[in-house]
Amino acid sequence: MSGDSVVYEGLDEAGTARAGQAPRAVSAAIEVSHLTKVFGGRTAVSDVSFSVAGGEIFGFLGPNGAGKTTTVRTLGTLIAPSSGTAIVAGIPLSAKNGPVIRSRISVMPESPGLYLRLTVVENLQCFAGLYELDDVRGRIARALRAVNLDDRAGDLCGSLSKGLRQRVALARALLNDPAVLFLDEPTSGLDPVATREVHELIGSLRKRGVTIFLTTHRLEEAERLCDRVAILSTTLRLVGRPDALRKQLFRRSLDVRLRAPLDDPKAVLGPLPGVQGWEQTPSGYTLTVSDPDFAAPALARALVAADGDILSIAESHHSLEDVYLELIDEDVEAKSR
Amino acid sequence: MSFSWTRVGAILHKELRDYRRNRFVIGTMAATPVLFIILPTIQLIAANATGKNLSVHVGLSLLYMLVIPVMMPSAVSAYSVVGEREQGTLEPVLTTPIRREEFLIGKALAAFVPTLVIAYAVFGIFLAVAGLFAHPVIASAIYAGTHVLVQLLFTPLLAGWAIWVGIGVSARSTDVRVAQQLSVLGSMPPLVIVALMSLNVITVSTALAIGLAAALLAIDLLAWRVVAAMFDRERLVTGRPR
Repeated sequence: MSGDSVVYEGLDEAGTARAGQAPRAVSAAIEVSHLTKVFGGRTAVSDVSFSVAGGEIFGFLGPNGAGKTTTVRTLGTLIAPSSGTAIVAGIPLSAKNGPVIRSRISVMPESPGLYLRLTVVENLQCFAGLYELDDVRGRIARALRAVNLDDRAGDLCGSLSKGLRQRVALARALLNDPAVLFLDEPTSGLDPVATREVHELIGSLRKRGVTIFLTTHRLEEAERLCDRVAILSTTLRLVGRPDALRKQLFRRSLDVRLRAPLDDPKAVLGPLPGVQGWEQTPSGYTLTVSDPDFAAPALARALVAADGDILSIAESHHSLEDVYLELIDEDVEAKSR
Repeated sequence: MSFSWTRVGAILHKELRDYRRNRFVIGTMAATPVLFIILPTIQLIAANATGKNLSVHVGLSLLYMLVIPVMMPSAVSAYSVVGEREQGTLEPVLTTPIRREEFLIGKALAAFVPTLVIAYAVFGIFLAVAGLFAHPVIASAIYAGTHVLVQLLFTPLLAGWAIWVGIGVSARSTDVRVAQQLSVLGSMPPLVIVALMSLNVITVSTALAIGLAAALLAIDLLAWRVVAAMFDRERLVTGRPR
């Protein structure tokens, strides 16, 4: 990750922190402390604390209604927090500082929000004016090149496909060279090719040191792009690196595939060193182990000795999706109790 | 960050570009002046130069002129905020450094400038038609007194009122059509006083015309303050008050 040199204070060894333990990133681009937003009687975001380092790509995950967009709007100074504090792009969040913060950041909402009767260039010219940018022509040319839209500059936005509109919105977000870029579902509704292009663009922004706050439903997108992710469900459930989250939530295990089930699995698997438990699966067994590298050779020997026809032995892989679903399921269960 | 005319200009420029490609706006801006040049011309032709109701006919003709600065901007300004919300373009604009005053003035100018140009142009055409084709008695009745002064003074002031009512309604509405209907209704009250002056129900001296114009200017400024206070980013983005 780009933030290898970034030191997080308040993180455990695995690089994770439970909600409420706000890790402080040195040279943080965003610092949020106990942020709460209540609409009428409904709490949209509750006591959320986290920190995003400069140059980091930070994924913000959560189910619909979890408070992701509310958090982005709050940090983008569109709505005021009910309580808590934040620093965005080095500026404390307050109504008075709103214009200064907004001049240093860009927000790309889920809907591109383009003026459809204006051309691509006219849309960008409008926003260049709103940011009071110099070298408008040069900036627009660079932004359009970045999203591969130089040849569509004169097209009316209303005539563009959804994917192209999304790219125009991204070009618009790049115009002011933001210190922090908030992307709310940037690949929503895009085809795989357009999605890949957006991912490549996000990757190139990372190289330029832009801090990216990425809200997404696409867990594979978060896993692929983000240095760290936060999982939100009104409260912040977990923050950390995707691999660290997996290690924290799931015990390590080995998946064994056999041609046929063992006659007496308890006798074969039970006494193995380092095996904490096992369960039968349709194609074999899953063993919970303390160290797969230590347990696998002993397991193989035991299976051969028991005349088991081994098809494969592999360490189980838990995706970020598994982590996410585990946490969200916990949440649903807690709410139903 | 201080008030920026560059940001006001960005909104104004964008709006004017958008108008040019918006059939609804083009239709409103084209139909209203055509309608309000035909009707007063008919009034002039129908007027009897020696009749008792000459002043009423002249007053009515001139009143039509003042409907332009009320009708034209109210429809456009009523669309200004709620229309952007419906299109999903408001949130991206509000995430830029623009201040609410800059946004509102940009929107207001975008309605005010074309309205003023069209209203004064129509009035100029009307005066020319009256001078060239109307009976000299009728023409002199139009040119005489405070009629021209009332037109010149009240055209921008009525437009200002209609614009702030329109934007105010637009900032609180969730539906463009409702906003436009409420906006037209809300724009009417000052027109009543102008109608009474045009129809000589209130005998207008130059001093009174200037006094009433000053009062309307004060109301316009107050309306601007009220609308600026009503413009709440949070409500506009989330649909809920803070």
